[in-house]
Amino acid sequence: MNLKQKIALSILAVAVVASLGAGFFAQSSYSEQFREAISAPPSPRFWLGTDELGRDRFARLLYGTRVSLLLAPAAALLATFIAGLIGGAAGYLGGRWERLVTGGIDLFLSLPWLFLLLAVRALLPLNTSPVTSVIITFLLLGCLGWAGPARMIRAGTRTLVNSDFLVQASASGISRPRLFWRHLLPNLRPILLAQFWISIPLFILSEANLGLLGLGVSEPLPSWGAMLRELENYSAVLQNPWMLAPVILLVAVVGCLQLLLGTEERLSC
Amino acid sequence: MLIRFLPIRFAMALGLCALAAASSASELRFCLRTDPKTFNPMLVEDESSETIRYLTGGVLIRLNRYTQELEGELATKWKVSENGRRIDFDLRPGVRFSDGTPFTCEDVVYTMRQLMDPALHTPVGDSFRSAPGPVESKCQGLSSVTVRFPAPVAALATQFDEVAILPAHSTAKEAPVLGPFALGEYKPGAYVLLRRNPNYWKRDANGRALPYLDSIRLEIQQNRELELLRFRRGELDVINKLDPDMYDRLSSEMPHAVVDAGPSLDWETVFFNQVENAPLPEYKRRWFRSDDFRRAISEGIRRDDLVRIVYRGHARAAVGPVSVANHFWLNSALQPPSASESAALALFERAGFRRSGSTLLDRDGNRVEFSMITNAGNKLHERTLALIQQDLARFGIQLNVVTLDFPSLIERISRTFNYEAVLMAFTNVDLDPSGQMNIWVSSAANHQWNPNEKTPATAWEAEIDKLMEAQAGSQDRAKRKIYFDQVQKIAADKVPILFLVNPNALSAVSPNVKNVAPAALRPQIYWNVERLQVGAPLVSER
Repeated sequence: MNLKQKIALSILAVAVVASLGAGFFAQSSYSEQFREAISAPPSPRFWLGTDELGRDRFARLLYGTRVSLLLAPAAALLATFIAGLIGGAAGYLGGRWERLVTGGIDLFLSLPWLFLLLAVRALLPLNTSPVTSVIITFLLLGCLGWAGPARMIRAGTRTLVNSDFLVQASASGISRPRLFWRHLLPNLRPILLAQFWISIPLFILSEANLGLLGLGVSEPLPSWGAMLRELENYSAVLQNPWMLAPVILLVAVVGCLQLLLGTEERLSC
Repeated sequence: MLIRFLPIRFAMALGLCALAAASSASELRFCLRTDPKTFNPMLVEDESSETIRYLTGGVLIRLNRYTQELEGELATKWKVSENGRRIDFDLRPGVRFSDGTPFTCEDVVYTMRQLMDPALHTPVGDSFRSAPGPVESKCQGLSSVTVRFPAPVAALATQFDEVAILPAHSTAKEAPVLGPFALGEYKPGAYVLLRRNPNYWKRDANGRALPYLDSIRLEIQQNRELELLRFRRGELDVINKLDPDMYDRLSSEMPHAVVDAGPSLDWETVFFNQVENAPLPEYKRRWFRSDDFRRAISEGIRRDDLVRIVYRGHARAAVGPVSVANHFWLNSALQPPSASESAALALFERAGFRRSGSTLLDRDGNRVEFSMITNAGNKLHERTLALIQQDLARFGIQLNVVTLDFPSLIERISRTFNYEAVLMAFTNVDLDPSGQMNIWVSSAANHQWNPNEKTPATAWEAEIDKLMEAQAGSQDRAKRKIYFDQVQKIAADKVPILFLVNPNALSAVSPNVKNVAPAALRPQIYWNVERLQVGAPLVSER
């Protein structure tokens, strides 16, 4: 791990710790509206000022970070797990199963996922709490985000299945389950990890996109996506540069994840 | 050398000519959100087509958006008789269509026939269909027309504001018009160009032919940010409707370009689902049907905060179904709810609700929690819901905010009725209460809280039905006002719809545009389009 990656890890650690300790660091609740102090500048009371409804922007940033940083990896884990199952099985079994799954993946990738997400979201029960709704949003992202990684995992598995050491192991009479658990899966680990790390920023950005459309996390729970919507008012951003805090944090976290991904890839070589 | 320079000189000369032409021709430029769906004034349903109709169509009677009074246009005089069944027009002499053909009573007869043609099913004609039966239109001499309806038509004369007269004898694809402008060019997805009607009948006080403008270029632009950017650059002259955010942004940069014409006729409202067979738990249906529950919720919402925070001061707390912009029909005895916490609590208690710790429970111990849906992407609605959420939390009510894409929202409120409460905006273009028949009459499809009732579900809805029918059937304006005042009073007492605010009519006009007289009624800026000028004023008429 080089210096850059150490710094990246530190930044991520600070972000995670700060978001987990949001209740300790923030002076106000993320949902409390101080209606006499709307769009207030930074002050000892409100470190990043208040938003258009008078809510403490610093508290919202910390809680929003918690939402994004906890749930995006969870969604990435789910997507990677589904991708591992489907892509791994297709690559391992080969033949018509592989063709069938590849066709399915291509079909899934061709779907307009945003509209699919909108449609699925519209069908959800109305009386879900904001916390449940955000979990459902990320669950949906996880369930819909497996196709890309599955294609990579299928290709990786296929290469491994045709590799000399697996052919030799197979020829020596090792059973298929043992072949899968002892020889195939450990060698797939770097691909799985890479797909997992790649998916995290993807899901963070997907939630941010949904938030920009007003379809992300529901009020009053904050998320990066919802906070980024404030930036639509660019003249207000010029006058209140502290409004850029969420986007700076988003760029920093995504950047740090990419740097760490470099480490992961090197480790896998 | 001469040969080499010639093309350049020629090009420069052409350029100078074009520049001169551009500076002498006065063109007003603004945006339409979408392509117009039709250029046939009878079939207008969308806002863009409505704009074209307003700018090109000649009407017999026009509602002056500023004074809110009716004025004769192609009719010099009119008389409503037989209790609203009959209207007689005296037509303006010497008027010609844009192609030079004379305007006669036959054109009015032809227009009425088209308007009421069941095969065409014109949206404008709907407001004239008071009862089944034929509509008779007859020329009385060359310059008079009589139109007789099978039953009285409410606010009969006002309805003619939307009826653009068609030519009876034209076979041209692009029909000639009687309005100040005629269709010049249309490039789908790009622009509509309207050119000055050289035969327009109206003249200014100095006898100069109107309109002053040579053309109007309507750019088709859906993106509001781009529209604002182009206005800033001077590429557009007018933005007819701004939201409060844009208004504030623009006012900080171009304070002389923004116009706040005061409260509009539009409403921001909340209503609860009271549909009999809606998929709701029985206890929630009981809440939503309780007058005291609805009134308590209405009392609990701080409308002043909505005005100040969400609309940045560019709105007025709503009193009821009539905006303060509607000078005549407003029941001035009514006041907006007081937003008193104690009054709301008293109403909740009277309806059998009680506090238990930080939650509100009904008489059966059910926690008061419901969802409120609105359309996604509408920042004003999302902020409004966030404020209402905190307002209601004071009473221990858990409000779940749900934003849906617009088709899903409409599906829920008009077909499946799978919702609990909804925040919606209503666009109102009609000053006359007859325009609200489709909301207040219990059998109407737009009786939003419980549409298409076979018989009125409550005594007060039956009372509203009677009053609305009485006002629609009377030609006595004072009597109609008394009836509609009572409707407003019942609406305030029973709160089937929670009227939150009337947003202000916000616009932007380039200082280059002269003779602008902003009005709260649509179209706010260009309602007097024939008198608008771009550049140095020829005549000041402000």
